[in-house]
Amino acid sequence: MSGAVDTSAAELIEGPAVEPRPSAVRRFFNAWLVRRLFKAVLTVFIVTTGTFFLVRLLPGNPVDTYIQTQIAQTGISYEAAAAQAKNLFSLDPNQPLILQYLHYMANMLHGDFGNSVLSPGTTVAQVIKTYLPWTLFSVGVATVFSFIIGIVAGMIMAYRRETWIDHLLTSIGSLLHAIPNYILAILIVVFLGVKLQFFDLTAARGSYTPGVTPSFSFSFLNDIFYHATLPILAYALTTVGSWALVMKSSTVETLGEDYVTVARARGLSDSRIRSGYVGRNAVLPLFSQLAVSLGFVVGGSIFVEKIFGYQGIGFSLYNAVNGRDYAVLQGIFLVVTISVVVANLLADLLYSRLDPRIRVQGKG
Amino acid sequence: MTEATIPVSAVGTTGVSRFAGILRSLRRSPAGFIGFVIVTLLVLVTAIVPFFLPNVAPNVKEILLPAGSPGHLLGTDNEGKDVLIQMVGGGRTVIFVGFFAAAISTALAIVLGSLAAYLGGWVDTVVVTLADVFLTVPQIVLLAVMGAFFKLDSPILLALLVGGLSWPVLTRAVRAQVFSLKEREFVEAARLLDLGTVRVVFVEILPNMASFILMNFMIGVTNAIYQLVGLYLLGLAPLTGSNWGIMLNRAWIAGAIFNDASLAWILSPVVAIILLLLGLVMMTRSLEEILNPRLRDR
Repeated sequence: MSGAVDTSAAELIEGPAVEPRPSAVRRFFNAWLVRRLFKAVLTVFIVTTGTFFLVRLLPGNPVDTYIQTQIAQTGISYEAAAAQAKNLFSLDPNQPLILQYLHYMANMLHGDFGNSVLSPGTTVAQVIKTYLPWTLFSVGVATVFSFIIGIVAGMIMAYRRETWIDHLLTSIGSLLHAIPNYILAILIVVFLGVKLQFFDLTAARGSYTPGVTPSFSFSFLNDIFYHATLPILAYALTTVGSWALVMKSSTVETLGEDYVTVARARGLSDSRIRSGYVGRNAVLPLFSQLAVSLGFVVGGSIFVEKIFGYQGIGFSLYNAVNGRDYAVLQGIFLVVTISVVVANLLADLLYSRLDPRIRVQGKG
Repeated sequence: MTEATIPVSAVGTTGVSRFAGILRSLRRSPAGFIGFVIVTLLVLVTAIVPFFLPNVAPNVKEILLPAGSPGHLLGTDNEGKDVLIQMVGGGRTVIFVGFFAAAISTALAIVLGSLAAYLGGWVDTVVVTLADVFLTVPQIVLLAVMGAFFKLDSPILLALLVGGLSWPVLTRAVRAQVFSLKEREFVEAARLLDLGTVRVVFVEILPNMASFILMNFMIGVTNAIYQLVGLYLLGLAPLTGSNWGIMLNRAWIAGAIFNDASLAWILSPVVAIILLLLGLVMMTRSLEEILNPRLRDR
């Protein structure tokens, strides 16, 4: 790591003069991309391995617990119970640990996460396929909204520093930043749902109205947005404050840069400076935080979805935790982590397109 | 990005006078001062006042009294327990776990981050890789899963778990800071004097990052409280004793939101938590302004 930083410093000083061939740049990008991909795969590998040993080695090992309860409840033989456990958890408890581990990894590669313990006959993959898209949808829409609104608010705050609008927006931003998403969800339910009756809370439960067939029609879109409005509102309101405050700092810093002074001296129009020089550069650092925030929001979905009864991955995770459905628990944990890894990767790729320096420095 | 933008100020001041300086600047920023007062008051009130209050006992004759009832300023819950007393006494665990968890993760981050930067080599590679992995795993999900495995029945255990999972962000920040600091002349001099790694890192380098670390410590407290109360709210942490999270959980399950008389029951922990977190965020923000002079008034 330190070596990479040192060479990049030399690289920046001496510049492309050392190797002006375009193929070198290409090689550099490729190397960065390969490194970045390797990091993503390594993360998934470490998390998968960690999950395996967590499930196998922690107190109250769920595989053994399951076998014991099956024997106690149904009176079947140990072999039969072990065979069932093998099917459920994709682990055969009678194999040596290393073989179990290899099997587990091989199954994961095929997308086989085993079967649900609570609802027999349902595979973990099916559970995830049913619930994950709704979380990705609501969290995604909320993130896009709060990111855009936050950036605009942050720039307004930076440009109108020490005016009433800056003070007002900063106070609102700090307040929203301080409120946990589940607390805001409770407040939304109390005030918008129960007191003002803006939303029919019972009708808005679930990810779409039961009986409605999913399609690309307007009425279905309308329906899913109706159900997702409250979760989106909760996510967006609790994240917009941090985006605005971070964007404010970033913009204020950019405003102090020499190239902005030079642009002013050159007599460029204010709007050109605002969008081309200040906005573009101030927003760059925020992209690297986008992925981290996505992980945070997806994690927070367990609270928000439970409170609104929105049937996404957080809701099913809550059910799995409560019912000790270890197979589902394990599967959801892995899939959520993998989605965050992928989101990180995408954000980094986007960031590297916007800011070429990152490719040279090789830091994510 | 904060790693690069926060300037590390001049050398020579000791940790103590630096800390006094932080407090002085905190007083100069009104928002920071208000935040400081809110947090101090909440900590003192929740730590001291419960000793002078009667214990709350279930009382079947006084179930779900509305706020403003005689003898019960905020009404009672569904067991007839006074809400105000529960609210005053309910901050202790939340605040304790928040600060303790943040202390653990800050200590881990300082040790791991500074050693990674100072020693470099494979130590650095391992720490950075681990931090990256832990940074990717959504902590709440991991906490919920761990909650299913372990019986997290003591606040200390909870704090250890929450703190043990949330070191990576600060570790990377500390690492970046130590990287830039270790090139300075005074560190160079200390190294030439052969003062030893521990001495150089903890006595020469770290005091220069005191305010930066303090700011991150408060962010850590905020995050720990967010996670802790959330776990209690959903009943993923054991519901023994009484605190704001448990109050929320019980009020939510009892459907307090649908009953006007019991709104104060669910809203009082909500207000308490928002006040505490708002105070912490205001303090953190004004510290950030101190650390980053460009954000200050020109």
